[in-house]
Amino acid sequence: MTGAEHFAAPPNWEWWILAYFFFGGLAGGSYAIGALIRLVGSPADQRAARTAFIVGFLALIPCPIFLVADLGTPLRFTNMLVDASEGGLSFKYWSPMSLGSWALLGFGLFSFVSFLGALGESAVSALDPLARLLRGTAGAVWSVIGAGLGLFVAGYTGVLLAVSNQAVWSDAGWVLGGLFLASALAGSAALQLLLARSRREVDAGTTARLEVADRNFVILEAILLVLFVASVAIAGTVGKLLGIWGLLWIVIVLGLAAPFVARSGAMRTWPPAAGALVALLGVLALRALVIFGAQS
Amino acid sequence: MAIEARPVGFFTDTSICIGCKACEVACKEWNQLEGDPIQFRDDYDNTGRLDAQNWRHVQFVEKVPDNKGFIPTPTPIAGGQAWLMMSDVCKHCQQASCLEVCPTNAIVRTEFDTVLIQQSVCNGCRDCISACPYGVIGFNEKTGTAHKCTMCYDRLQNGMQPACAKACPTESIKFGYLDELHAAADRRMAALQQGGYKQARLYGRDASVYGGLNAFFLLMDTPETYDLPNAENAKLPSRNNVPGYLGGAVTAVAGLVAGVLAFRSSRMSDMEKRP
Repeated sequence: MTGAEHFAAPPNWEWWILAYFFFGGLAGGSYAIGALIRLVGSPADQRAARTAFIVGFLALIPCPIFLVADLGTPLRFTNMLVDASEGGLSFKYWSPMSLGSWALLGFGLFSFVSFLGALGESAVSALDPLARLLRGTAGAVWSVIGAGLGLFVAGYTGVLLAVSNQAVWSDAGWVLGGLFLASALAGSAALQLLLARSRREVDAGTTARLEVADRNFVILEAILLVLFVASVAIAGTVGKLLGIWGLLWIVIVLGLAAPFVARSGAMRTWPPAAGALVALLGVLALRALVIFGAQS
Repeated sequence: MAIEARPVGFFTDTSICIGCKACEVACKEWNQLEGDPIQFRDDYDNTGRLDAQNWRHVQFVEKVPDNKGFIPTPTPIAGGQAWLMMSDVCKHCQQASCLEVCPTNAIVRTEFDTVLIQQSVCNGCRDCISACPYGVIGFNEKTGTAHKCTMCYDRLQNGMQPACAKACPTESIKFGYLDELHAAADRRMAALQQGGYKQARLYGRDASVYGGLNAFFLLMDTPETYDLPNAENAKLPSRNNVPGYLGGAVTAVAGLVAGVLAFRSSRMSDMEKRP
């Protein structure tokens, strides 16, 4: 079986895009976890849901800045949404970058309102009416739609890379979106754990359940990572993920192992945040490997 | 003489290219391209590749014996040796990958059926560079936008043929209406085959590669020899849309199930504790 041939030039998507992929993943993943806890968690878990909504929005804030900064002509960022040549809106459902721009805008709205609701529940009394509204059926519907958009934002970046003619990216077309999504969920769960452990008022049971969720997400990510490597190996382009960028594999594997090592008690002498931090570094390393390795 | 608003293109006959690079110079002159700093490479090619400053690139494919007399991939021409030359350019594909992914609609098809990047609309996202299977498009740091061959759109609008075709001394680059170029290519191909050049082939003449190329080629060896994807590998980026989103959706469902399994137990035990 012959491998895929690639003669495409690299787009030179680098640090801004890496930062966007990382923070966008955490924003979408955190919101989805917040919505999940809101819908199926116990009352004792709701503090973690509020934190997830707040963190999700805070992680989202820099995303448009990263994207605009990466553009060659940043002042034309509106061209992603408005058709500057024909007039009207610029919407191409078959272009992941176009679809992602609209999804980011929509998710921003849902994340912002949920953020305000979470603030209303915890600290800002002026937002209490909104918080009460979001606790009801309307809030559940809002969270479900927001979670859908959040999951899309967390995963479409992988599809965006796949919808190209680049080595590695296009070779793993069917798996890259899922891999980024699973990694975003695992990273977001690690982030919530990090925050839960740093705040004593979070229920110990909630922390334990976040740990279970984190391990479940990591198992999902590991399965997709194996499929990803198999896809690029079949295409004959796995070599691009080795070399100097291949060192990132160490961080990725450590990040995947962290939740299980922490559970075994082997990290007992480490600071409580260490496992979650290593997991987050793994999320970052995975994106760096895929972005930079393929373009090397 | 005006050029009608119907499909036009280039027919580049590599069998008569002499590697003079007049096309590169003419292109740079007309389009005011500064060019990249000179590279000293191990061959006659000091252009390197197509990019924002090089909209024509004369490739030199050396298939001559090395010091030990070994030819890595011999060609049937000239006793197994060959020094192939090809003036590469944007293919103005019928199914253009760049046009497909461009999120701003900056890339359009003109009245001459060519593919054009509107410089007033492009915002420099570089998605088109990622998509182009030929590595044609480059990013211009000064303008902050993507650039490639326009097939001299301004000249076409004023009844003039593109600068590269005008300058080519051997008529290796032919410009014209696409149907007429197809007929000329078929004639040339028949003559070469009659002359025993079995490896000669037309690339992009038919729809097997990206629905047909408005800038198509007569090659003297396999497409891969010239860094061109063959029909098997000529795929559109959109092939990964459905599988990509489907993979994401399946993962999302699996992730939600994984999350529900973790948190649902807490609600259940909470309900059990209630009197």
